[in-house]
Amino acid sequence: MENLSYMLAPLFSSKLLIVLFFGTLFGLILGVLPGLGPTTGGALILPFTMTLDPLSAIVLLTAIYCAGTYGGAITAILINTPGTPAAAATCLDGYPLAQRGEAGRALGMATVSSTIGGIFSVIILVFFAPLLAKLAYEFGQPEYFALAIFGLTMLASIGEGSPVKNLIAAAFGILISTVGKDFMTSIDRFTYGINELSEGIGFIPVVVGLFAISEMLTQSTMLDQVFKRVALKAVKLPSLKDYKLTWKTILRSSGIGSFIGVLPAEGGTVASLIGYSEAKRWSKTPEEFGKGSIEGIAGAEAANNAATGGAMVPTLALGIPGSATTAVILTGLIIHGVRPGPELFREQPEFLYGIFGSMLIANILFFIFGFFGAKLFARITLVPNKILWPMIFALSVCGTYSLSQSITDVWIMLFFGVVGFFMRRYGFSVVPVIIGLILGELVEGTLRQSLVIFDGNWLMFLTRPIALTFFTLAIIALLFPLFKKKTKIIKLKKS
Amino acid sequence: MNNVLKKKRANKSSLPFFLRSSFKVSFIIILISLILLITTFTFDAVPPILNRGIQPATFPKALLVLIIFLTSVVFYLSIKTPWKKESKLPKSFFITLMAFVLFLVIAKTLDFFLAIAVFSALVSYYWGEKRIIYLLIVSILFPIIVFIFFETFLGLRFPPGIITNIYYN
Repeated sequence: MENLSYMLAPLFSSKLLIVLFFGTLFGLILGVLPGLGPTTGGALILPFTMTLDPLSAIVLLTAIYCAGTYGGAITAILINTPGTPAAAATCLDGYPLAQRGEAGRALGMATVSSTIGGIFSVIILVFFAPLLAKLAYEFGQPEYFALAIFGLTMLASIGEGSPVKNLIAAAFGILISTVGKDFMTSIDRFTYGINELSEGIGFIPVVVGLFAISEMLTQSTMLDQVFKRVALKAVKLPSLKDYKLTWKTILRSSGIGSFIGVLPAEGGTVASLIGYSEAKRWSKTPEEFGKGSIEGIAGAEAANNAATGGAMVPTLALGIPGSATTAVILTGLIIHGVRPGPELFREQPEFLYGIFGSMLIANILFFIFGFFGAKLFARITLVPNKILWPMIFALSVCGTYSLSQSITDVWIMLFFGVVGFFMRRYGFSVVPVIIGLILGELVEGTLRQSLVIFDGNWLMFLTRPIALTFFTLAIIALLFPLFKKKTKIIKLKKS
Repeated sequence: MNNVLKKKRANKSSLPFFLRSSFKVSFIIILISLILLITTFTFDAVPPILNRGIQPATFPKALLVLIIFLTSVVFYLSIKTPWKKESKLPKSFFITLMAFVLFLVIAKTLDFFLAIAVFSALVSYYWGEKRIIYLLIVSILFPIIVFIFFETFLGLRFPPGIITNIYYN
């Protein structure tokens, strides 16, 4: 009962409501603009959150996360370009539907299914995050190490693209976290005599570089690309017939999205693809998919928004990010002096349930904004890249500089921008680098502390049942892509 | 002659492995990893009597070995898959990259704010914006807004330079 009152508290706080209003608005704008999105936007806004108290700061970031994930659908439906990677599957049916003059219907379904998916996942978050946190009381250093390894292997196996390349990217991310003074011995590693590197490489320069700057370089290679925007009269609420056709899909995708979100991977992107393919598999009219199926939009959108709440579960309960954006939120928590984990649930329930309540409100707010303002937000896509990206560059540079007032951070940001561009060009996802970077300290710290506990005996890991379970799951996760490939070949041979 | 060229183009899927982008990428990753691996041998070590657990260099070493191994796997797998022709990077990419370098030089030698203004004007212009008013908005007005915002709300002090010094003095 007390927790419920904490959840409702944001409704009675004018400050939090204002933060939620602007967070949702900003998130929608970021989601609508192709190439940006909640991760880059969250990283850019992080320095500004320093002027806020911890709860307001995290509420702002989570509102951006929820609204930004939905915002991608507007661009996907109207210009056939996903505003965020999570909206890629929405293009498949959203744009054909819009071309048939049913853009309003498509956006209406995207708005409703995103809201239901989002709210569903917050309910999951409210129930499962405290349970997971309770379980985490049993965790010692070896268990956390095994959990982090499991998280990284999951990232490789269900993330987008090649599993091996994802593992390389994750290892690269962990390697970045080793730069600077070793936390146990204060011995310099990879500093090459540069004093600024002794403190290590900050998270924000790497995130802004890998996302914003590399995207700017990507945009520079497609200047001749012309977007054709489909006209939108007004967003229509789905008809009773549409609801009858899609309610099962929305519920199924909400479940899928929440589950995928909990796993440390690319959250919404993978969830929407699985949600979409499951919607097709269960549909009575699978042949309609790709040609303008309303079920396709519902399946993808409910899943990607459901992943937002799901991804917050391990982030808050264990301090392990469930997606790239939750990695930014985790950074926000850390720089505001909030340490996620079981202690947080015991010591600051008002803070946690305030976040849960705010996420619920953000989902309702983006429904209202999306329903009444989609036409206006669609106009944002008309801002040309030649104006938009130099402005984003100015924001990126100042934002990165502001955190520690270090010009070296700006150099690091540009360096990672170039690295990120080439990574994407050659099929490496940049998301595992971010997750690897944020988990790096945990992986190395827990490994080394475990070895101290075990007196250097590696085999002692196998005597801990929880750790052993995570290691087994990690092996299964690593073998899963091979198994998937093998079954695909067998199926092809049979057909 | 033309026929020979056409035949050569058609046979590009059988391009020698060392000319394929997958080889070049793998080679670069392995080379950098090897250099970093050698660097780890120069890290200071904790005397055995004080050492608890593993040495500071052990963990990065293990990661680099893992990266080298996985990159070799990527390369091996790429040999089996058909080769795809790589698209060339356009001029606009290199101009943007050069603008980054120019930004770094100006920010280091003259002024941070001036560097943002020059970068924004240059990129906006080369990306196709020819209208003076928009170029001024992007390169002067917007950076001024950002500058004032960061200065006022975050109490940020930008690095000294010819323009920022005028503002601070």
